[in-house]
Amino acid sequence: MKENRKVLAVASGGGHWEQLMLLRPTLEGYDVRFATTDAALGEQRGIAEVDVLPDCNKDRPVAAALCALVAMRLVLKHRPGTIVSTGAAPGLLCIVAGRLTGARTLWIDSVANGEELSMCGKLSRRLAHACLTQWEHLAADPRVHYRGSVL
Amino acid sequence: MILVTVGMQLAFDRLIAAMDALAPDLEGEVIAQTGKGTYEPAHMSARPAIPPAQFEQMVLGSRLIVSHAGIGSVLTAQRFAKPIVLMPRRAELGEHRNDHQLATARKLAGRSGIMVAMDESELADAIHEGLSVRDVTAAPSPSAQNLHRSLAQFIETGRL
Repeated sequence: MKENRKVLAVASGGGHWEQLMLLRPTLEGYDVRFATTDAALGEQRGIAEVDVLPDCNKDRPVAAALCALVAMRLVLKHRPGTIVSTGAAPGLLCIVAGRLTGARTLWIDSVANGEELSMCGKLSRRLAHACLTQWEHLAADPRVHYRGSVL
Repeated sequence: MILVTVGMQLAFDRLIAAMDALAPDLEGEVIAQTGKGTYEPAHMSARPAIPPAQFEQMVLGSRLIVSHAGIGSVLTAQRFAKPIVLMPRRAELGEHRNDHQLATARKLAGRSGIMVAMDESELADAIHEGLSVRDVTAAPSPSAQNLHRSLAQFIETGRL
């Protein structure tokens, strides 16, 4: 079977998206699709076909449920071999959807989280195949790894 | 123009007051985004908040950014290849809930285009160094190269 090198890369607007864009040169070595919470962010970076997810967080269960449905639809549409997210909740929901379709999933916790992992980062330790922190001292947890940072 | 920013969440009057004191001796305009602070600058134009699109335009037009040691500011400076001076907030002075900005400042000190002033006494020197930066290299740091390599390896093999 041919290796599936299609990648779905997901980040919410703001710092999460900024960090995903810093990883763009590597991601674009593969067949990558980007998804974010605001179509304008894709245009801003000249990404023609960015997929849009509704923003959500744990305090808005209805929005989160809607976002989970959109995430599932997105994953079924692209069938990526790998899903990568730099946060936040919509990215984690794509990772969960990816688990159901057999994708490899990677969480990269935001470099802004230098004291402890984000809430989603903590969940990703169990939900994603791999969880990266961008701060060496946060990799004491055996389920969390440090492999450098975007900075 | 020199752009001063302390983010939207919290006051950081120690930086704003120090910049206000330095502003008369600096060439060109100094504009400050002061957040929740109450100090009223006399020597620089100040406003509590600047909308994101306008802020980006101002960054684009700036010679130097002087900022609290917030990751958002660092990412913005990097994106527009602008030199940035970082001064960390201190928990003991009530400027943040903990000293994570000290860790950020220490981690980033010495990077291309990043100057660190650990407190206001080091600010003038850091600004002069920042103003003399000719070229903020876009070359990724060794740490960034590691992350890129691991990401590629994960996509190809499923292992970090």
